[in-house]
Amino acid sequence: MPAPQCASCNKARAALRRPRSGQALCGTCFCAAFEAEVLHTVVAGRLLPPGAVVAVGASGGKDSTVLAHVLRELAPRLGISLRLVAVDEGIGGYRDAALAAVRRQAARWELPLTVVAYADLFGGWTMDAVARSTAGSGRSRSCCTFCGVLRRRALEEGARLVGATHVVTGHNADDMAETVLMNFLRGDAGRLARGGGLGSPGEGGALPRCRPLQLASQKEVVLYAHFRRLDYFSEECVYAPEAFRGHARDLLKRLEAARPSAALDLVHSAERLALAPAARPPPPGACARCGALASRALCQACALLDGLNRGRPRLAIGKGRRGLDEDGPPREAEPEASGPPASEPVPAC
Amino acid sequence: MGVSCELGFLNMAAPLSVEVEFGGGAELLFDGVKKHQVTLPGQEEPWDIRNLLVWIKKNLLKERPELFIQGDSVRPGILVLINDADWELLGELDYQLQDQDSILFISTLHGG
Repeated sequence: MPAPQCASCNKARAALRRPRSGQALCGTCFCAAFEAEVLHTVVAGRLLPPGAVVAVGASGGKDSTVLAHVLRELAPRLGISLRLVAVDEGIGGYRDAALAAVRRQAARWELPLTVVAYADLFGGWTMDAVARSTAGSGRSRSCCTFCGVLRRRALEEGARLVGATHVVTGHNADDMAETVLMNFLRGDAGRLARGGGLGSPGEGGALPRCRPLQLASQKEVVLYAHFRRLDYFSEECVYAPEAFRGHARDLLKRLEAARPSAALDLVHSAERLALAPAARPPPPGACARCGALASRALCQACALLDGLNRGRPRLAIGKGRRGLDEDGPPREAEPEASGPPASEPVPAC
Repeated sequence: MGVSCELGFLNMAAPLSVEVEFGGGAELLFDGVKKHQVTLPGQEEPWDIRNLLVWIKKNLLKERPELFIQGDSVRPGILVLINDADWELLGELDYQLQDQDSILFISTLHGG
């Protein structure tokens, strides 16, 4: 059974069928369509205005590689300039290799690169140290949940360092759909309601953040990288097998077999949810410690680090019954330990 | 390379020479080797992707078969390109291999 002709150029053989439209396109026409769609997402959503200095969260992985490549192609048309910001979480044997890929990309694309490390930003707390601290908690390890919060903060810091006006990350439609599932499964109504839309406008002093690839399916991101011969780092983080997201990912993959548009439909549903009056969170204030947007006394990052430093790691993710309210306000009389336990060597990254 | 048997009275597929490639992290299940030049032995049944997968599992796969194969197909999240075209366009498991075909398996199952 030979492949059909490309529906766009009618010259080359089709290489794939677009999941949403069913249109058969050759590699070249698919890449052009992919880029046009990202351009449309950015322009229609007014996400990155002319003159924007855009910090691109770069991990070396497939999504941020495609994101940086496409934005670099579109930059002249959009009138924006790009800065790569890579986060070093301090995961021995994994992040070093990924950062090497980002450095190669920065050199090839001639884009400035800034690396920000957890160890510097968070008083010595590398992810390896966090993982050891949360290892004894009894339930499946939650270090990935810590990482998500801290990485978000680290990216923000890195973006400020390079004078960025906007932050972009490479989240694709599958990532967004997995997050919707995770929030449902954890009873996190607040996150469900906040998660929709194309990006956050940047409340509480945070830089405006958006995800230009969020309407692209993961499969198409990988195919784009293939047809454009992009080099990316494709190993799984050593902690990933323990992450809760894995369950959401497996479920999504099974759902997609029955309904190919499942990812986009999940995101569509979440964007149209309204919270019941009882579930609406109070208007957010400022973190007592760092001033960032916070719905409780401390913002998530400060609350997590606080818990780690006291040797009582806890999460502020979920229904909201766990977290700061459970333990009450910090008691001033307790000596405050800071940084990971001294007996544990901080791994060299 | 690739002598084809045009002997009508012998219902047998000739040996096939194909290139099997792994990417996106899938290569880690194959000793980190991305490209494999493979000669599939002549047999009665024509070679298709379905029996290629069986052959790969038996002869190339070094560890954790469940990360590559599920049932008689690839694990969801592994893309299959035949001569640079999505296997969906070519009949997926039923596509009959031709001599000198190139089959690429790309894993999408990791963070980006």
